Amino acid sequence: MHNHAAHPSVTKTLTGIQGFDEITGGGVPRGRTTLVMGGPGCGKTVFALQALVYGAQEAKEASIFVAFEESTRHIIANAATFGWDLPALEKKKLFFLDARLSPEVVKAGEFDLIGMLTVLEAKVEEIHATRIVFDGIDVLLALLDNPAAERREIYRIRDWLLTTGLTGVITQKLGETEADRRYGFLQFMVDCAVVLRHQVVDGSAFRSLRVMKYRGSGFAADEFPITLTEKGLQLTHRGPAELIYAVTDERISSGLPRLDNMLQGGYHRGSNVLISGAPGTAKSTLAGLFAETACQRGERTLYVSFDEGAAQIVRNLQSVGIRLAPHQKSGLLKIFSTRTRGPNVEDQFGELRSQIQAHKPRCLVIDPLSALSAKLAHLASADAAQQFLDFLKGEGITVVNTSLMDGLSTDEATATGISTIADTWIHVSYIVHDGERNRALTIVKSRGTGHSNQVRELRLSNEGVTLTDVFIAQGKVLMGVARWEWEQEQQAATKRIQVATELKRLQLHLAQAEAAARLQVVQTEMEARSAEMAVLVDATGSASELVTTDREVLRKMRHADKDVRVATRGRRINGGKKHGDEAGDA
Amino acid sequence: MATRLETPNVSLQLRLYVAGQAPNSLRAIANVKAICDEHFAAAHDLEIVDLIEHPGRGLADGIIVTPTLLKLLPLPMRRVIGSLSDTEQVRLTLTGT
Repeated sequence: MHNHAAHPSVTKTLTGIQGFDEITGGGVPRGRTTLVMGGPGCGKTVFALQALVYGAQEAKEASIFVAFEESTRHIIANAATFGWDLPALEKKKLFFLDARLSPEVVKAGEFDLIGMLTVLEAKVEEIHATRIVFDGIDVLLALLDNPAAERREIYRIRDWLLTTGLTGVITQKLGETEADRRYGFLQFMVDCAVVLRHQVVDGSAFRSLRVMKYRGSGFAADEFPITLTEKGLQLTHRGPAELIYAVTDERISSGLPRLDNMLQGGYHRGSNVLISGAPGTAKSTLAGLFAETACQRGERTLYVSFDEGAAQIVRNLQSVGIRLAPHQKSGLLKIFSTRTRGPNVEDQFGELRSQIQAHKPRCLVIDPLSALSAKLAHLASADAAQQFLDFLKGEGITVVNTSLMDGLSTDEATATGISTIADTWIHVSYIVHDGERNRALTIVKSRGTGHSNQVRELRLSNEGVTLTDVFIAQGKVLMGVARWEWEQEQQAATKRIQVATELKRLQLHLAQAEAAARLQVVQTEMEARSAEMAVLVDATGSASELVTTDREVLRKMRHADKDVRVATRGRRINGGKKHGDEAGDA
Repeated sequence: MATRLETPNVSLQLRLYVAGQAPNSLRAIANVKAICDEHFAAAHDLEIVDLIEHPGRGLADGIIVTPTLLKLLPLPMRRVIGSLSDTEQVRLTLTGT
């Protein structure tokens, strides 16, 4: 945007017009001519006068003001409204030439400006003037009533300026008529051309300034909104280069702990927060919560409402557990309820400024900011808002603005206007599902802080405001009843799973028990078999032994009792059986 | 340098502001002299002021353009601008009609 190409032949002289000196990289070209064009009431005369007054006051340069259109008296009176004491300056540094031609003047033939320039030259030498203004040159040109003569006289002035080395400012009324366009050659002749515009958009008046050409110098070619302040003309500053604020890392609570968490600690002190949403999405409630919390911290707070009266605000917020009345009583909180009236947004911001200067708040709520203009997207209006927000930043005031907005993308006015200058943008939308509307809160952006990108459900009740997680199931965000249903279903499903699991567990336990039992049986059987085996082995061993002994015994028993042998054998068998029972019991 | 053409019994007093040898100024001098000779030969006082030489005087009389002819007397004072080539217009103004 800025391209201050170094050009050795162009030196510049400051005009004292805030912003203009910046976009031109030093003001108007010194020793050259600058043309200021514009329709009536654009501030041409103020522009020219301001440059002279600045020259006289700050640079101690003497100047001459040639008025073709207005009386000297009129101009001095106008200047007084900007606090410029022209009569005081007039004594040494400023010379006014009333160059109006009375309507009674009779024109009889061609004339030129040599006489005037001669007179002025003498004056220049007398007061050592370095700057000169020809205010309303078109009036003089119209009198010449001859295109060739007009051109000749304009060139005469330019040549005169070049020879005298004066820094010239020529103002010219610019309209849409043929006659106005006839003076177009002026633009080609001068070294610097500035166009001032005064237009009415939706009943609001906007002034703007544009540098059309600047020979031998770079300049910002954009159309810049201008305001007429008590100190004169001023460009509304834009662009980050000029924004220097004391930046703080201090966080302050939004009033909603969950929201603070989402913002990783709350709003930045001195930042501006935008809460947008459709009607009824609890924007005011969030703003009220912020105000209440600020008051609880003991911070002076100003609540500006364009919607409702103070009493209504207090009552409505009471219904969701926000109590503003005590703070209002203690004087910490001031509720300023007003109507958007009059067409001029800048006046509205001016009123807010004086309210702020009177109450000196640390926290501010504007509900809704969008009330200030239906079309904040309009450059000048958005800029007035920007300028106001810059002012708040400079003062370190944290501001929560609400803005009526149905969707994030549909309302481009807000999307391109205020939302771009907000530090933190929270959007509350309705999600309609199964015949129900629920509020969903999202943080669209938050400068200088990490923030949750999750959607939260905003719930209002007479106990207060809460944020809860939302469920996303089958690709849908679930809230309200839908969410309750979903939760119930989830619970039932969980229960079903629990029961099924328990059943399975029991079944498995049973199976395990059975297996264990079977294992026992097998084991017992095995032991029995082992025992049997042992007995068998034992028995086999005894048998062979028995055979031998038996033989001996038989041999003996041939002489003894046969039945005793049999009885012994029978007892041994019984003993084995008894051993098996014992194993079974174990 | 101011040039004065005086006659007794002054009834018409004129002052013409000019700028050196500028064409419009030279024409105006010629024209005013011709008009005076033709219509006010008997009684007129014509002062020609060259602003190049007396810029301060132009300031006092509020001279913006050159040439400018001032009819100082008889009252009311009248002001005619231009080369005065529209002699009929000049004559009418000077006679007060």
